[in-house]
Amino acid sequence: MSALEAKGLSLAFGGLRAVDQLEIAVPAGALHGLIGPNGAGKTTVFNLLTGVYLPDTGEIRLGGARIDGKKPSAIAKAGLARTFQNIRLFGELTVLDNVRTAAGVRATSGLWRSLLRTPHYLAEEAAIAERAHELLDLLGIAHRAGEQAKSLPYGDQRRLEIARALATEPKVLLLDEPVAGMNTPEKHAMRGLIQALREQFGVAILLIEHDMGLVMDICEHITVLDHGVTIAAGQPAAIQKDPKVIEAYLGAPETEGN
Amino acid sequence: MKVPPLADRIAKHRVPVAVAAARSLWPLAAGILLAYVLQQFLAPLIGPFYAKLVLDIGIAIVLASSLNIVNGFGGQFSIGHAGFMMIGGYAAAWLTYYGSIHLWGSAELHGGFLGGGDLLFLAGCLFGGVLAALAGVVVGLPSLRLRGDYLAIVTLGFGEIMRVLVQRTSDVLPAADAAGKSLTETATHLGGSLGFGGVPTYTRIFYVYVFVAIVLVVAYRLKMSSKGRALLAVRENEIAAGAMGIDTARVKIVSFVTSAFFGGIGGALFAHELGTTLNPRELNFMKSIELVIMVVLGGMGSISGVVLAAIALTIMPEAFRSFSDYRMPIYALALIVVMIVRPQGLMGIKELWDTGWWRRVIRRGK
Repeated sequence: MSALEAKGLSLAFGGLRAVDQLEIAVPAGALHGLIGPNGAGKTTVFNLLTGVYLPDTGEIRLGGARIDGKKPSAIAKAGLARTFQNIRLFGELTVLDNVRTAAGVRATSGLWRSLLRTPHYLAEEAAIAERAHELLDLLGIAHRAGEQAKSLPYGDQRRLEIARALATEPKVLLLDEPVAGMNTPEKHAMRGLIQALREQFGVAILLIEHDMGLVMDICEHITVLDHGVTIAAGQPAAIQKDPKVIEAYLGAPETEGN
Repeated sequence: MKVPPLADRIAKHRVPVAVAAARSLWPLAAGILLAYVLQQFLAPLIGPFYAKLVLDIGIAIVLASSLNIVNGFGGQFSIGHAGFMMIGGYAAAWLTYYGSIHLWGSAELHGGFLGGGDLLFLAGCLFGGVLAALAGVVVGLPSLRLRGDYLAIVTLGFGEIMRVLVQRTSDVLPAADAAGKSLTETATHLGGSLGFGGVPTYTRIFYVYVFVAIVLVVAYRLKMSSKGRALLAVRENEIAAGAMGIDTARVKIVSFVTSAFFGGIGGALFAHELGTTLNPRELNFMKSIELVIMVVLGGMGSISGVVLAAIALTIMPEAFRSFSDYRMPIYALALIVVMIVRPQGLMGIKELWDTGWWRRVIRRGK
């Protein structure tokens, strides 16, 4: 059984078919890639999977259970976490509080317990803080715990996005361009990190990325979208040679007489 | 490095129940003690004029801090807080005025400190708070679909509707007429546009500052808890908050209800204050704006900042009595200047103790 599975997933914005009959199956613990030229519909796929958009047709399953049609918060609680391409941190909050906010979703204390500060609430808050610190440590941004999230450098904001997503204790993690805007050493570090996360948390990862070197290197399986349509799917080696993929990225080869 | 999930960690952080209970209760106990000290020792010392100012400051803190929960923490811009005040104030005044007549034959003050009259007054405060909280659910519902200016207009409309409804009620019944009627029959006799005269003046420094303590403890504990961070997250980025598992609809409604509850209690305290008459003209749109200004100046989401602003903006009109006609233009000007120079307000989201001003003061001292 796949950790995350989408069948016949389609979404149109008016006349534009943003996603057309998408099939995705990410097995537990796998690392899959989703690539395609700009405007291919990759982020739209993430928005469909996480419930930001409702699909016109198709179904989405997380660990076998249907999640399509549920609220984003319910989907996150079911174990699907994501990062955002256009970073969406809680800017005014501190780095630590960004992660604590996400970790707090697994807490069971309600409003009354929080206001009365019951023993269970105190234990939970201490556990949340501890876990948040460990995640920041893991992502290498522990030294910035007290700073406002919006004041972080770009690369650290991306790391914080990942720490925050992990804090929700996901089974499947969707990463939307985690190395965008990073330089080569940073990219290298992020690659190691993504692989480490997968092993430590046993989490399945679906990755959107424009950096082909990274995608081809670390993903076991790649789906290629163009104009919302899946033009290829398979192992990296096969994708690299696929004429349709080359055409989508580089344009059709010029023919005689043109 | 392994990062175990939350559930596996809780046992190791358990604290003994007695320790937790002590930590849970001491701030409130300290607040009540402080309120008692203010009532017993400060009030006689400063005379009635300043005692009334201290009372006004306390009520302003209750109202502004409660508004801060929805406007500051939640980022849901509400400008109808006077509407919640009105519900709480009229509900409480109705209960104490007509209740007193039923129980004791007149609407005069009854019993001493924590006597029968005081208990009726406290019951009125809670009743007013609960009714306002129910209204908070209704006003909170549009916040699920509207944001920014549009939500502000809905909350503004709510305040105005409350005002007009109160204006349509009939005259307050004197004790002799009310005695023969049941409590429900008196519910439409709230004084109309003339105001609810004759409400027994139970509001005293002690009670006001007990509620100040409660609202501050609630606001602080909310802000420091996961529930409060969820609220701040909704304010900062609603889509990301949803993606992190925060039920944004629920969080917004809870913030409106909590805010309205204390807004209602603030209204009840206002209604029973000596020297103020509960009337719809007083609790109009300008009252809501005054509270919004306290929150915005103090810092949206800063508990201590809003308390400072509430104190300053209550003292200022008294200190510059001769300028009192220019109060609103001065507020407006101050607001514009703050928006340009410091759009996040005096304190932003931070608290006084986060800024390290005391450290700076100490360093300068050396």
